[in-house]
Amino acid sequence: MNLHEYQAKDLFRSFNIPCSTGTTITKTHEIADAIKQLKGNKWIIKAQVHAGGRGKAGGVKLIESVDEAQEFTESLLGKNLVTYQTDKNGQQVNTILIEEVCNISSEFYLSMLVDRGSESIAIISSTEGGMEIEEVSRNTPEKIITTRINPAIGIMPYQVRKIFTTLGLEGKDLYRELQSMLVNMITMFKQNDLSLLEVNPLVLTKENNLLCLDGKVSVDSNALYRQKELEKKHDLTQEDEREIDAESFELNYVALDGNVGCMVNGAGLAMATMDLIKLHGGDPANFLDVGGGATVERVTKALEIILSDKNVKSILINIFGGIVRCDIIADGIIEALKKIQTDVKFVVRLEGNNAELGLKKLEDEDLDILVAKDLTKATKLAIESAAL
Amino acid sequence: MSILINKDTKVICQGFTGAQGTFHSSQAIEYGTRMVGGVTPGKGGTTHLDLPVFNSVEKAVNDTGANASVIYVPAPFCKDSIIEAADSGIELIVCITEGIAVMDMIEVKAALRYNNARMIGPNCPGIITPGECKIGIMPGDIHKKGSVGIVSRSGTLTYEAVNQSTIAGLGQSTCVGIGGDPIAGTSFIDTLDMFEKDSETKSIIMVGEIGGTAEEEAAEFIQNNVTKPVVAYIAGVSAPKGKRMGHAGAIITSGGGTAESKYNALEKAGVRTVKSIAELGEAIKSVY
Repeated sequence: MNLHEYQAKDLFRSFNIPCSTGTTITKTHEIADAIKQLKGNKWIIKAQVHAGGRGKAGGVKLIESVDEAQEFTESLLGKNLVTYQTDKNGQQVNTILIEEVCNISSEFYLSMLVDRGSESIAIISSTEGGMEIEEVSRNTPEKIITTRINPAIGIMPYQVRKIFTTLGLEGKDLYRELQSMLVNMITMFKQNDLSLLEVNPLVLTKENNLLCLDGKVSVDSNALYRQKELEKKHDLTQEDEREIDAESFELNYVALDGNVGCMVNGAGLAMATMDLIKLHGGDPANFLDVGGGATVERVTKALEIILSDKNVKSILINIFGGIVRCDIIADGIIEALKKIQTDVKFVVRLEGNNAELGLKKLEDEDLDILVAKDLTKATKLAIESAAL
Repeated sequence: MSILINKDTKVICQGFTGAQGTFHSSQAIEYGTRMVGGVTPGKGGTTHLDLPVFNSVEKAVNDTGANASVIYVPAPFCKDSIIEAADSGIELIVCITEGIAVMDMIEVKAALRYNNARMIGPNCPGIITPGECKIGIMPGDIHKKGSVGIVSRSGTLTYEAVNQSTIAGLGQSTCVGIGGDPIAGTSFIDTLDMFEKDSETKSIIMVGEIGGTAEEEAAEFIQNNVTKPVVAYIAGVSAPKGKRMGHAGAIITSGGGTAESKYNALEKAGVRTVKSIAELGEAIKSVY
């Protein structure tokens, strides 16, 4: 689960991590009052969406008057911002962050994430602030420093010294600032079950202070049961409606661009089914894991979600019956198909526990569906049906 | 021989009296697994499925001599259950539960460094040595005693691999589901190493998926340490970047984790790869 920049910065402040001062608005007419609360005669306006690359996409602007602010805000609010990280529709802008500007001396990159390899939190730092870190990692990997934090003991002073020197910082005061920032960030990371914390750029001001100018935070979805306050901050307007709908039925659904829908049991098999469609020249419309117990209710809901995507021309149902018997799954599919009115062609592949019996049940019903035991054959049938 | 478990493995179940624990324990007993009891705090002294229930793993180990435990407790309580099992002398901990917070797993792995316990999972189907011992939620009847060692990050894809190797007439030595989470108890490398040393295993099927670099590391290990033929499939060639595909660990991030990178590494290491999950059986037959 992702947070907006302004939400991330609120979290930073509650852990005494210094960041730029600002305020948010959701309506254009609030802009004048918002600016009055801020110091200076220039401000930064930033569109709040769950995606990077906002600057290049026109979602960030330095403004010098209330009129200019009004005009820019008007052009953003309620519109969708398309960046290199969003899909072609972009993300809706519902909140605007207005911030004071600061005097930047130098910019850095700083992030923390769960490092799978070392099974710990890793800190990534670089002198190349304000750039896409993927690009830095491709072109100048030597400029990226990774520091792994032992979960039992936390960050050690030698590690702070290493980050301090590689960022080219100097002086005792600044060292203490960096140390307290890193310690506070690690505490924040652990206490809030974060999976990613990214500050790009972290800046050194001309007044010789460290300041987080940006903030990106992702929370581990598996930990939301104990992060109720963070869960409340989840902005559902930033997610695909169908994905939210699926989630409320405990179905895993991810929308894609193709025309062959798929409903599968198991995440791995769901991915493998998409891959097969692609391999045989088709284009998958979605990822959907219906889970182990493919009951009538779940199958019906899953098919409704897939069919709400108007690009879908055929649906491949791929079930490997493990503990659950295929004949019971077939009953679920039959009941569900009787309820749903559609011209979309269905292809069902059943394998595993009682597959023959399940396929026979499907064939005996007066339903307009194709059945197969062989996965490759079923996939090709689904692709052909979508092409008709 | 087989790896990790056999007919002598004595298994207890944590979360024994719950719905999942009850269903899968009775399936395991039916399969022939030597289940010796279970643990549900507060229900010690009673019996369930004709087996003794204990309040703690320590008591269960003392009274039954159990050396393996399967965990079905809900995700928020798994950290406690896993560490309790390890501290009580359980040698093999199989955690089936899905949805454990990654911060909990970081702590679990740190704690396990002070024990001799091996953990499998979480978020996995479990482990089975056909005809001898089944620990987990996999359907027993698709398995057949044989020579293929199977290691996989996905449950249903393990079943595909099992079913196809059974139809190919080869059967399986042991099948290990290492799970779909970013941090797991047992890695591909750990399992490949055991299969290489196991005399019964003649060939290996490895099923990976997008996310992380475990497959790339496994490829390097195979190149240097595995002499037995390996067939590999990677799920997620068509997955978009930045989207979690069901499993917590199946996500392509800016740090990598694409199927392409994994296939390249495996092919470079001399592994026979298949691009279609439906071709695993044929491939493993051809390298046999």
